[in-house]
Amino acid sequence: MITAVAFLCAGIFFQTIGVIALYRFPDVYTRIHGTTMCTTLGSILFYIGISMYAFFSFNENWLAFTSHIFITLILLLITAPTGSHAIARAAYKSGIKPKVVFDKLRDAKCSK
Amino acid sequence: MILYLIISIILSILALLCWLKVIISRTIVDKMVALDAANTIVISFLILLGAIFKEIVYVDVAIVYAMLSFVSIIYISRYLEGCK
Repeated sequence: MITAVAFLCAGIFFQTIGVIALYRFPDVYTRIHGTTMCTTLGSILFYIGISMYAFFSFNENWLAFTSHIFITLILLLITAPTGSHAIARAAYKSGIKPKVVFDKLRDAKCSK
Repeated sequence: MILYLIISIILSILALLCWLKVIISRTIVDKMVALDAANTIVISFLILLGAIFKEIVYVDVAIVYAMLSFVSIIYISRYLEGCK
């Protein structure tokens, strides 16, 4: 029970960090990075926590519920990186350049 | 039960913040990023609803919602990319 509540709280925490990253990052690409990674990790922890917490409240069809949650988890792990990659590619193709904060190679001399 | 109430309130606030970001951002790519985050949070909320009401149908709705979200994101990004 304690483990399930810990997993749920960790999932909510990472999803909150993802939404904060959506507001606080300056650029489209950094925003994609923070939001997609944090919400995907938060969703994984949240699904594990829900399936462990439902073990105490579901009586006979707990296995069906957990297998449905597992199918959703596999689907999310396939679709979330693909979607964010497509968004980043569309942003680059539509002319938005990345606002680079730290660029070492801009004023570099030619190496002999 | 009080845990379910607290978690559903926090998830509702997160989803509303994502939709507010969809409304107030300027470019369309920002809107797409916020929409993707909102869809992920709404899928988590649907699974939580399934655990609250002890129904498996909500999880099936979450699967279909995830597929529709993925197809819409891919379609809009292919449209913005400019190639057919």
